[in-house]
Amino acid sequence: MEGLLHQVISGIATGSIYASISLALVMIFLATHQINFAQGEMAMFSTYIALTLIQAGVPYWGAFVLTLALSFIAGMVMQRTVLEPLARAPVLASVGAFLGLLLIFNNIAGWLFTYSLQPFPSPFGEGKPILGGMLSRHEVGSIGVTLLVLVVVWAFFRFTKLGLALRGAAYNPESSRLVGIPVARMLSLGWGLAAAIGAIAGMMVAPIVFLDPNMMGGVLLYAFAGALLGGITSPLGAVVGGVLMGVIENLAGAYVVGTELKLTTALVIIVLVLVIKPTGLFGKALASRV
Amino acid sequence: MKRRTLLTGLGGLAAANIIRPASAAGTLVGVTKTEIKIGHTCPYSGNASSYGIQGKSHAAYWKRVNDMGGVAGRQINFISLDDAYNPAKTVEQTRRLVEQDHVALLFNQLGTPTNSAIHKYVNQKKVPHLFLSTSADKWGDYKHFPWTIGYAPSYRTEAQIYGKYIKANRPNAKATLIYQNDDFGKDYLHGLQDVYGKDFDKVFVKVVTYESSDATVDSQVVTMKDSGADVLVTAAIPKFAAQVIRKTFDIGWKPFHVMSNVSASIAATITPAGPEKAEGVVTSQYLKDPTDPEFKDSPDMKEWRGFMAKYIPDGDVTDVGYVYAYSVANLMHIVLKQCGDDFTRENIIKQASNVKPVALPLLLPDMMAHTTPTDFRPLKQLQLARWKINTWERFGEIIGA
Amino acid sequence: MNANLSRLLRAVFVVAALLVPLFFASGYQLFQLTLVVAYALSVLGKNLVTGFGGQVSLGQGAFYAVGAYTAAILMEHFDVPYWATIPVAAVTTGMVGLALGLPALRLGGLYLALVTFSMAVSVPQLLKYKLFEDWTGGVQGIVLLKPDAPFGLDLNPDQWLYLFSFVVGAALFLAANNLVRSRIGLAMRAIRDQPLAAEAMGVELARYKTLTFGVGALFAGVGGALGAIAVGFVSPDSFTIALSLTLFVGMVIGGASSISGAIYGAVFIVFMPNLAEEISKAVPGAIFGAILILFMFFAPGGIASLLEAQLRRLRAAR
Repeated sequence: MEGLLHQVISGIATGSIYASISLALVMIFLATHQINFAQGEMAMFSTYIALTLIQAGVPYWGAFVLTLALSFIAGMVMQRTVLEPLARAPVLASVGAFLGLLLIFNNIAGWLFTYSLQPFPSPFGEGKPILGGMLSRHEVGSIGVTLLVLVVVWAFFRFTKLGLALRGAAYNPESSRLVGIPVARMLSLGWGLAAAIGAIAGMMVAPIVFLDPNMMGGVLLYAFAGALLGGITSPLGAVVGGVLMGVIENLAGAYVVGTELKLTTALVIIVLVLVIKPTGLFGKALASRV
Repeated sequence: MKRRTLLTGLGGLAAANIIRPASAAGTLVGVTKTEIKIGHTCPYSGNASSYGIQGKSHAAYWKRVNDMGGVAGRQINFISLDDAYNPAKTVEQTRRLVEQDHVALLFNQLGTPTNSAIHKYVNQKKVPHLFLSTSADKWGDYKHFPWTIGYAPSYRTEAQIYGKYIKANRPNAKATLIYQNDDFGKDYLHGLQDVYGKDFDKVFVKVVTYESSDATVDSQVVTMKDSGADVLVTAAIPKFAAQVIRKTFDIGWKPFHVMSNVSASIAATITPAGPEKAEGVVTSQYLKDPTDPEFKDSPDMKEWRGFMAKYIPDGDVTDVGYVYAYSVANLMHIVLKQCGDDFTRENIIKQASNVKPVALPLLLPDMMAHTTPTDFRPLKQLQLARWKINTWERFGEIIGA
Repeated sequence: MNANLSRLLRAVFVVAALLVPLFFASGYQLFQLTLVVAYALSVLGKNLVTGFGGQVSLGQGAFYAVGAYTAAILMEHFDVPYWATIPVAAVTTGMVGLALGLPALRLGGLYLALVTFSMAVSVPQLLKYKLFEDWTGGVQGIVLLKPDAPFGLDLNPDQWLYLFSFVVGAALFLAANNLVRSRIGLAMRAIRDQPLAAEAMGVELARYKTLTFGVGALFAGVGGALGAIAVGFVSPDSFTIALSLTLFVGMVIGGASSISGAIYGAVFIVFMPNLAEEISKAVPGAIFGAILILFMFFAPGGIASLLEAQLRRLRAAR
């Protein structure tokens, strides 16, 4: 029984890693109606920037804020330079560009920072784990941060005019333009925000999985699955979906099929859920126009 | 970054090298009065590109050899190609090296699946396929594959050493094993099964795996702890070995922990995990760790540092990968010198399979590389070591399988 | 230009594409071209599903793997001659495609992308799984023998394999060409462009979608079988998610909604990495990524649509 509880809690901790990237995916989906395959690599790159700042002597939270700002700007610049020119191209062209970005970030990070594993500091200290060793301090802290980001994102879309404009611009660019929303600027803003959220995720993930250029390779699929499970249009859904992904994976591996097929099993379960409820647990149906 | 010195165009028909069957002496390919061509593949792109530093190190090593006059008056033309760790690509690139660039030999190509894909081909073509960068068990098969020679101690041998050690020191062990679900990890499973035979399933109460693409192995560690085991064997690459060390510590589990040599690197595994959390972990070694204080002033380490400073100034001097590459390049260098002035493929493989015991630089003290026509595994020795405070303390004899 | 002449020219072009390399390329280059055929077939399958069918699939590598392993297992365990494995691989992969297509296609768009992505990720794990190990060789994979030319033909194995793959490939390209011009092809495009209208007009959405998915898988399966025979080795590490993404790149670069695009895409994914490597050994992946993005800027619809536009301009100028 204790084992089961331990697996669930450990799954929640791992799941919150997936959830943090799911949130960034949802952010960019709400802002642009696209899935950015380079999201994980961008987050990894941001984390290296943070590490460089910390190694240069900037205190942790200073580096944290600076990294967010830099990532935000980089995200906007990327949208302007890479995605904007493809705005009128077929969707597949954008996906091609995402894959290109993924390769570029991964390879450049390896070249600049080497492929060696790097320890990344946690802001929550090294002290004794809690719950009888079931959760480390960093895991508790990063779950807290993920929830905090969730609340902020939710409030942003729910209560601010900007958030509404952002969603509108993605949902219906033509009508948005008519009511005076600067659509192009909204798209880059969405990219900037997603990049910043990704940076937070990266800095929370790195102390757990350690920092290397392939850090996010495994995480992205789980995050993608989690986001869809929760509903790609819902920040809350993204977090619930990501966490569920972690728990299902652990339980499948420990009790059902063994570790060799745990990923496969988890994915099958998620697909089944989606067949029954295609919009995800919390998502809204995307209206299809004739 | 250094480019390949010789770029043959896509056509490649203009390649000046002609295969000359030099009468009874053998086949002379890729060697002129002024040049010896050596071929190599490793991943410079894709998921395994961390191993690209081996190619980088080799290129620098042969540059140094050339700066010092080359071998037998000939410059080494080292041609290294990217295979992205994809076997299909390895076949393509190797065929290019053999059929278009006409290399004299293939050296230290990286990876088990990648080398498996070309194993038959190079032996059919009778191209020396030397000192592979993979420790799978199958590279010493001199009877069926007389042109392929391995290098490092095989994983299976290493696992057998661990098995015997555990059996001797923990006769009543309740053990558990975590291994990477691929050819590398499976060799450890097989090595332990070799030792325990029928008893394996009784002694190893829980065996779990992970995929190299997983995010964490936390769940596996929890499962292993729950099995009630008191001996833990970890066959993992550094990232996951570090996670295992940290997680066992965090959940307050204190098994007798034996860990694969692949993850013995201080910089890549112990430092990220936290040195205090690794206290008591046992592994085996054959290379000197560049961050080990014990070897700080040993002559070979100093020479290597000089090499790194001059030829790879941007290289990470804590990375064992460079140490490994330097040692194996040295062995290749010795074989080439041993060839005298006869660089036919037949003589190259003959010399490579007749290396008298030699202490390569950066091997642990008293270890030797050596081959005979019926022994295609140059390195067979390992020594156990235990992590204590901030260094690996080697103990017991050098174990030669 | 009258239609007959243009058809004749095209035939001459095809024969030249076959014969010139056959007698003038080295064994290594023929091997590369054989790979181009294998990848071109897989990309073509993708084009049918995505370009003509409007379904985004990220898992073509999984079908490629099924085809490759079907061929390898038949050759290794049942002594089936290599040429006979091709139709079996086609049927097997097609069936797998249909079986997976049924639930997958109930989900559209992103969800299908997730399902196919998951499939591609799961395949190496399934290949390694202990239940199948006796057949698949587990992590070690299967080593295959290279076929010799039959009927006493004076061709070396590379030449023969290229010839063989070329003929198989040409036949399938022709079949695909006829397919998209048929009633089924029309229905596929109707579904892609106006799904609701198509349904209203009596096109059975689910049936055609599933069918397309199966056919797309079939093409990848044949490609995989040819690739396995050419490479002479299969292992789980040969079919990681990277393969699926590579095939995806081939589709986007070549032009998803064209038949000939598959060839351009396959040429790109076989030769462009080598070129990227020539440019920089330090960051070949980044160079490849940058080239990919540049191609998207200059040919957002793929090389095929770029060529078509040029051709149209030429015609208009005359």
